[in-house]
Amino acid sequence: MKSIIVEVLGMLLSFWLFLTPVPRAQADVVNVLGIWSGSELRDFQDVVSPWEQKTGHTMAFVSTRDLNAVLTTRLEAGDPPEVAILPNPGFMHELAENGKLAALDTILDMNRIKRDYASSWLDLGTHHGKLYAIFYKATNKGTIWHSPKNFRAKGYSVPKTWEEMMTLSDMIISQGGTPFVIGAESGAATGWPLTDWIEIILLNQFGPEIYDKWVDHEIPWTAPAIRRAFETLGRIVHTPQYVYGGPAGVLATNFINGTYVLYTKPPGAYMNYIGGFAQGFIKKQYPNLRPGEDYTFFPFPIIDPRYAGGVTGGADVIVITKDTPGARSLIHYLSTAKAQEIWVKKGGFIASNKGVRPDTYPDVIAREMALQLANTEIFRFDGSDLMPAMVNDSFWKAVVEYVNNPTGLDEILQSVEEVAMEAYGK
Amino acid sequence: MYMGSALFFLTVYLIYPIVNTAYLSFLGKGSKAFTGLGNYWYVFTNADMLGALKNNLLWLVLFTSITVSLGLVIAVLTDKVRYEAAAKAMIFLPMAISFVAASVIWRFMFEFRPAGIPQIGLLNALLSTFPGIQPVAWLVNTKVNNFALIGVGIWIWTGFCMVILSAGLKGIPLEILEAARIDGASEWQIFWRIILPMMRTTIIVVATTMIIIVLKVFDIVYVMTNGNLGTEVIANRMYKEMFNYHHFGRASAIAVILLLAVIPVIAFNVRRFRAQEVVQ
Repeated sequence: MKSIIVEVLGMLLSFWLFLTPVPRAQADVVNVLGIWSGSELRDFQDVVSPWEQKTGHTMAFVSTRDLNAVLTTRLEAGDPPEVAILPNPGFMHELAENGKLAALDTILDMNRIKRDYASSWLDLGTHHGKLYAIFYKATNKGTIWHSPKNFRAKGYSVPKTWEEMMTLSDMIISQGGTPFVIGAESGAATGWPLTDWIEIILLNQFGPEIYDKWVDHEIPWTAPAIRRAFETLGRIVHTPQYVYGGPAGVLATNFINGTYVLYTKPPGAYMNYIGGFAQGFIKKQYPNLRPGEDYTFFPFPIIDPRYAGGVTGGADVIVITKDTPGARSLIHYLSTAKAQEIWVKKGGFIASNKGVRPDTYPDVIAREMALQLANTEIFRFDGSDLMPAMVNDSFWKAVVEYVNNPTGLDEILQSVEEVAMEAYGK
Repeated sequence: MYMGSALFFLTVYLIYPIVNTAYLSFLGKGSKAFTGLGNYWYVFTNADMLGALKNNLLWLVLFTSITVSLGLVIAVLTDKVRYEAAAKAMIFLPMAISFVAASVIWRFMFEFRPAGIPQIGLLNALLSTFPGIQPVAWLVNTKVNNFALIGVGIWIWTGFCMVILSAGLKGIPLEILEAARIDGASEWQIFWRIILPMMRTTIIVVATTMIIIVLKVFDIVYVMTNGNLGTEVIANRMYKEMFNYHHFGRASAIAVILLLAVIPVIAFNVRRFRAQEVVQ
């Protein structure tokens, strides 16, 4: 019944579109496919509306949580949206390889782009020498959240090194508290918060060279460095009382709910390593907490001083899946500092464009996160997002298995290695 | 003319996709190179796939036997009470909920909080009322997670079995039951000797329908665990191969195997259904 109504409405709509005269010759409807919904989508629409007013084009945002499936289907059906906003560049490379994307070199003013974007971002968006993607909404994944108020109440100080963090953890346990909360549950994507842990540990423990080799599968998953990174995480999840709910708690706690645990009374835990986007969850759940005083983050602690300050992060990437004048105009607009500042002011957005001024950020935490990203000498993109989807899935699964089964690490890494051998073909 | 349009739609929506899928199942990742039986070899040797096949077998046995027998028991029991309609409506209600929504609801039922923190999941909240019992992470603990998922499937589908079986039950002529009672048969004997044999066809139709459904089980697993921690099933695996890894060949091979597994059941079902119509 419902589908009949939808169909009838659809028919009426298409008639209406057919009969309505097009106001301006150049006006396009630009369909944008992305995962944003709710407040994120509203913010994005606010970013886009000046562009709509200026150019006469309109944007129609299609929101889906199942982006890969929807985009694959639409591309196969020959009905792609004009623009897609992918949550990571891994899928972008695959699409570029299959010739599904428009190269941006000839569409955008490359001199301006090179001035506005750090070369690391441009390299990530380049496939076989051509730029295919603009990195847009950046995420800082070098943040350990905590409550300065709770720390003060117990006389704890922010740890600078990994060993200090372990000493602090033992102290918290001796006083009856729980040092960490890790929420790894995320529906069909369960496990990603744990892969973030492994990535930042690996980067800070063995440095960017090993990290890059690992991402490109030039070292096997069974390599000692990878093993060490898993075991370092294991020290937290498998030591009794270190983590909220023990291993089962890690796997059963949702990543969003996990961010709330620090602010209950008494606190369910004292530290939570999760990306900068956690601020959005905390703000929404506890609107009265003051950023910087009641909650904030400290940078991931130093493991090896040579790689101090290593930060991982992510970003949404914008690609053109159907080359039209409207799509070109939109991607040009979104890449400018002016457009990005609109969202920066609203919060929850770290700009990829260097031209965005630091004082545009709405609070101290957002500014600190942007500065940490801008100032670090060792920045690496979230490794799992750069891997082929098969390996990424297998990595998620591997950390989940490892948390559940501490003694099976060799077999677990071997099974990821087998998937990687096939996916990378080397 | 009428035949023609039916044939047209059958060809476009059924035959063409089947043939195309079968064709794709012999091609590699980008659907370009011919790989022979490589994809089928993968399906029956890959460790994840074998785990999925094993779980599907577990689903097949538990889900089918419990939905059908529970449906039958409820149909027979409610047949004798005054509030039959209300009782049946209650059992049937979960059918009205989409599977994804049902899975989301059950995720709340299974919600786990560490011991000592107030439980918001119903099952763990009940457990926590008994002193000394630890909360169970239903979807994480590998001893129980498959059963937790199968339980959700049973919750959804028992109502369907009950309705069909109840209709079958009403089809048994009252005179036969009366005669048996007059002859001194106990209710227990009536159930085993009369009701069960007379409903044999209906039960088989319902059971085969359940088998087809269970072979395709996807939503519950996808939403609740996505196959993590030993809960993978083949339909979810097919989805992953297709949409996450973009390996059309393997996804198609799994689809073909599912289709081949379902065909004998469907054929049997159709024959039985015809036989039943003749009886009535």
